[in-house]
Amino acid sequence: MKLNDPLTRYVVRLGDDALIMGHRLSEWMSRAPFLEEDIALSNVALDFVGRARLFYQYAAELMGGEVTEDTFAYQRDVRDFTNLLLCELPRGDFAFTLCRQFLYDAFSLPFTQALCHSTDPQLAAIAAKAEKESRYHLRRSSDWMLRLGDGTQESHERCQNALEQLWIYTDEMFECDDLVNDLVVAGVAVNTSSLRSTWLETVTETLRTATLAVPESQGGVTGGRVGIHTDDLGFILAEMQFMQRAYPGLQW
Amino acid sequence: MSDNMSLVPNEQKFQSRIDAEEKVEPKDWMPEKYRQNLIRQISQHAHSEVIGEQPEGNWISRAPTLERKAILMAKVQDEAGHGLYLYAAAETLGITRDELIDRLHTGASKYASIFNYPSLTWADIGAIGWLVDSAAIVNQVSLQNTSYGPYARAMVKICKEESFHQRQGYNIMMTLMQGAELQRDMAQDALNRWWWPSLMMFGPHDAESAHSAQSMKWKIKRRSNDELRQQFVDQAVQQAQAIGLVVPDPDLSWNEERGHYDFGAIDWQEFQRVVSGNGPCNRQRLAHHVEAHTEGAWVREAMAAFEAKRRTARAEVA
Repeated sequence: MKLNDPLTRYVVRLGDDALIMGHRLSEWMSRAPFLEEDIALSNVALDFVGRARLFYQYAAELMGGEVTEDTFAYQRDVRDFTNLLLCELPRGDFAFTLCRQFLYDAFSLPFTQALCHSTDPQLAAIAAKAEKESRYHLRRSSDWMLRLGDGTQESHERCQNALEQLWIYTDEMFECDDLVNDLVVAGVAVNTSSLRSTWLETVTETLRTATLAVPESQGGVTGGRVGIHTDDLGFILAEMQFMQRAYPGLQW
Repeated sequence: MSDNMSLVPNEQKFQSRIDAEEKVEPKDWMPEKYRQNLIRQISQHAHSEVIGEQPEGNWISRAPTLERKAILMAKVQDEAGHGLYLYAAAETLGITRDELIDRLHTGASKYASIFNYPSLTWADIGAIGWLVDSAAIVNQVSLQNTSYGPYARAMVKICKEESFHQRQGYNIMMTLMQGAELQRDMAQDALNRWWWPSLMMFGPHDAESAHSAQSMKWKIKRRSNDELRQQFVDQAVQQAQAIGLVVPDPDLSWNEERGHYDFGAIDWQEFQRVVSGNGPCNRQRLAHHVEAHTEGAWVREAMAAFEAKRRTARAEVA
């Protein structure tokens, strides 16, 4: 599936981030450390899947014809997906999932706040909804950083390890390619490179309170935006797209 | 009232309250057997909600459309929420959630046997929502009048959500039946596999039910297993026919005189086999829960340690 229109490509990119993040979170259902967390994690997962649907529905509208939200989720292969690598990493243990979430939420809140000012009214409307969710997500994941970082030695170590593993994937959030830069000039997209200092401030402050160390920068792994993924995304898609691939063209 | 004569005075008074349809509340005096009976029933119900997350949850990642995925996620989340209300209701009887989970893991406490069957195709998600949730509603509507207050109130809340689930499940089946031949076959196959286990959900016939008589007297149970099963059959048969599904029971026929459907004999050997641990997925379902709980121990310990530090810090400030 070839996407040419810059706005559509941008909208699909945001949809991909949300869908893949939602997928990873949904893997926790019936596997959380206690029942309240089954519920809370699925709540957040639902927010992300809901967000993906809004972005994809908008992209489908922009493309017209037979394209629907499901076309983007179920009919594209790994090289067409443009989500951040951070979103697709396997869920790992509870510390890994919550650290990923925290690092992403600390980005997602200022991102959605900025997107509320997009000159594209649809994007601004989706952002307004997403911003409220992100505010809650960040509060929740920050609370978990405190509990796990300042809980037991084991929880502290698990968190610190997770942060070290995740850190190299955070650079990608602030990367702006030509697509973004052009849309920033038009007032449509968010200049994510300008969000880095806010993000780092939030992260540093929370981790400090949680007695966790901010990992040292070792450069960043990127590629998601041009469809160069980790091996893991293919397995997500194989599972997610099974029905549409095995029984194409049917209504469910 | 003559059979109350043999009861000690407290029990007599308790039974009169039950007979007068008064609700029993957590702090009220109650016979120990009433308490134990309720703990057994409510915890079995709670465990069923929680174990029930698995057969449906395993299709979240494979749901065929984003809309179906979101609905299924919300549904499984509701089941977890029901488990939570029910554990809370059981806790009002003086038992902790840890003890309840321990009983589940040791096999001392059961959960609905139907969740020991696998969900093999997408149509199973339709069949579970339609049949299993229908059966649950039939049972739970009657429990809205159960004599224990916290249980009755939990049922009112749960029934509202279950009827939404039931409609969603039926909608999946209807969509399949309006689709291609392979989809109709998928739906029929799912009905064939889930029909009899759904009938078994109501438990043994009244004559053979170990806990029924006393539970009815205490109004923990309000309607008998067979009555509830009949109501379910009467409903489900018509729903199946409305969308062109064939109920897999050659003996099924409308009985004009009774005003109900007659249906074939339930295979109680199969029921016993699954209840006693040899269903297709008993081991996996329990192992999955044990594994998640064990793997989560460090998180629960971290929370407790964090709270303890907070308390100490607050005490020092004070």
